[in-house]
Amino acid sequence: MSRPILYAFHVSSCSWRVRIALAHKKIEHDIRVVNIVNRESRSPEYMSKVNPAGQIPALEVNGNVIAESLAILEYLEEVYPQKPLLPKEAIERAKVREICELIATGIQPLQNPKVAARHSTETEKRLEWTEYYINRGFIALEKILNTTSANGKYCYGDSLTTADCVLVPQVFNAIARFKLDMTPYPKIMSIYNSLMKLEEVKLGHPDNKLS
Amino acid sequence: MSKYVMYEFPISSCSWRLRIAFAYKGIQYESREIEDSDTPEFRKINPAGHVPVLEIDSQHTIAESIAILEYLEEVHWEPPLLPQDPFQRAKVREICELIASGIQPLQHPYVAQKYSDDPKKQAEWTSYYINKGFRALEGILEETSSDKTRCVGKSMSMADCCLVPQVYNAVERFHIDMTPYPIIQNIYTELMILPIVNAGRPDNFPSESE
Repeated sequence: MSRPILYAFHVSSCSWRVRIALAHKKIEHDIRVVNIVNRESRSPEYMSKVNPAGQIPALEVNGNVIAESLAILEYLEEVYPQKPLLPKEAIERAKVREICELIATGIQPLQNPKVAARHSTETEKRLEWTEYYINRGFIALEKILNTTSANGKYCYGDSLTTADCVLVPQVFNAIARFKLDMTPYPKIMSIYNSLMKLEEVKLGHPDNKLS
Repeated sequence: MSKYVMYEFPISSCSWRLRIAFAYKGIQYESREIEDSDTPEFRKINPAGHVPVLEIDSQHTIAESIAILEYLEEVHWEPPLLPQDPFQRAKVREICELIASGIQPLQHPYVAQKYSDDPKKQAEWTSYYINKGFRALEGILEETSSDKTRCVGKSMSMADCCLVPQVYNAVERFHIDMTPYPIIQNIYTELMILPIVNAGRPDNFPSESE
């Protein structure tokens, strides 16, 4: 099998999810930079050759492309089972996926700046929208993590899972982009601070521009 | 076999995804209809305050429909709702996520209502996000659907479970013009003939297959 190619951009939170998994599993891969700020993912070339939905991340394997970060994470878990990112037992796996989906469907799409921009042209109203959806999601997430995290270092149990891959970029956005007050979320912060020390997480930090 | 209870309500599209899966796999479950999931009481069951939630053996609860679909697939793998080949499995999941994160949350009435009190503006919001999502979906289905009767290849999958309720909402609730999406329309029409799909329709609730 040839090296997979990841189409990504350094500020894309969904790309960061996949980059954590690739680094954790030590999967050698190539990167193609797709500048979403310049709308490169919406170019006819990208949409016809890579992903009709015009999105990143996308993973190309032997000429075939998979989009949607959670689908990519599941694919990597199946094809590269070393250093697993899901527990073995079915209910435990379901709880990890529940956390992933809570963030990926319940928070990220709604706090997306483009969606906030569609809501209002006023900066204050956009921020209000973003904060509402992040807070709504984090209130639920804090309660769930209090039951699933073994020691405040990882979302589920005491090892890295796909839930952590999805949590990190969302919390980073909340803090760094939107300056959200994280005081009500001590468990989320404990896990986030712990994860941000890991090399596989640091590698995909938005400050590290992709080459 | 485990005892399953699903907390749901008739119009919940995410719950209908699971009704299809339960019926397709022939799994018995008890349906518990919830009037309002956004209450302190229901949030004890699911802190996120939404349905569906699967309760297993009165002990464990799983929320988020995609997580529940994956659980059912792992524990009750026959008949399968995922192909064998890893790349094909990924394409099924890609379609599920495109709908579950790219369309459904954004077209939700509560989100449209947060955008505006004006019903006309709400309809515009909903229409924008459904159309944006369906344009992307149509492009993907052109590559993945073998014969335009199922989302991926020729077999039933989780992607079909996710497609049906979203198209139903688009057509029946929001009156979206489906002319630009012939593949989506055809797959939807073919799936809606199936009793295991039709039985879970909001107006057939509770599902006949229980």
